[in-house]
Amino acid sequence: MKFGVVRFPGSCDEIDALLACRRFGEAQLLWHKERDLGGVDAVVVPGGFSYGDYLRAGAIARFSPLMESVIEFARDGGPVLGICNGFQVLCEAGLLPGALLPNRSLRFVCRQVDVIVENPDTPFTHACQAGDVLSVPVKHTTGRYHAPGIPHEQVVLRYAPGQNPNGAQDDIAGVCNSAGNVLGLMPHPEHAVDPVTGSADGGRLFESVASRPEAAGLAGGAGFGIGLTT
Amino acid sequence: MRVQVLIRPKQGILDPQGQTVEQALQALGFQGVRDVHVGRLIELDVDDPSRVAEMCERLLANPLIEDYEVLPGEPGTAGARWAA
Repeated sequence: MKFGVVRFPGSCDEIDALLACRRFGEAQLLWHKERDLGGVDAVVVPGGFSYGDYLRAGAIARFSPLMESVIEFARDGGPVLGICNGFQVLCEAGLLPGALLPNRSLRFVCRQVDVIVENPDTPFTHACQAGDVLSVPVKHTTGRYHAPGIPHEQVVLRYAPGQNPNGAQDDIAGVCNSAGNVLGLMPHPEHAVDPVTGSADGGRLFESVASRPEAAGLAGGAGFGIGLTT
Repeated sequence: MRVQVLIRPKQGILDPQGQTVEQALQALGFQGVRDVHVGRLIELDVDDPSRVAEMCERLLANPLIEDYEVLPGEPGTAGARWAA
């Protein structure tokens, strides 16, 4: 099981993401100018910034050579996890529904939040059960998720009641595509993989990807698709 | 040809920046100010202005959250237009 972690000019969470992945499998960095994904089994688009986030967060990164390959990988059913800025990039790329707007407060927020697992039937959450509460940090200025009419099956993670840090629609913290193989979330699971930082709950997302049946070569096909057409 | 693209938050989307500016104007004593929205202006020289709408759809605006308007003209046209 090998993870690939994307590095854009401006990424700043790619090393934490790399180290988080390495707790559960092999992992390597993928440079934005390359097109070769190096045969990885899953891709993580990490947080931080990308191309200065000029115009809109993720708008320009979405057209990088590597992202063209990531889009193809995702459309072929490969697991892709977008964290924070990575979530913004995946929305801009059309791999995930909706868009992220500036926080309602117009302020940068940086705090630990509880998120509730709404859909455990994805490659990223199958090590969890519906209703599990994960303690993970958020740190962003543009995290107000907006996607009118998103099907409830695609809402994978929700902020616990009263903990919505950005004004996101329906307290949505993370969503998947209709096929279920692409997840984007604003909280940072890669910063919560060791109890020494206060929580190791974020590790369960990486553990889920590494332990999914396809990763062990036990099953082919969609596996954790959530039964909707793409 | 000089082209201006005006980009605005879509109607109905919460615009806290516009609300904050509106409150600041009221605090300064400007009465009768309502429905303030903050967008952005992109100016560009293009050989073929008929392609600007496609540029907006693919990059300059996010049609899920923003409306755009393409205006022909020299720099300053948009400002003059709204002031008139």
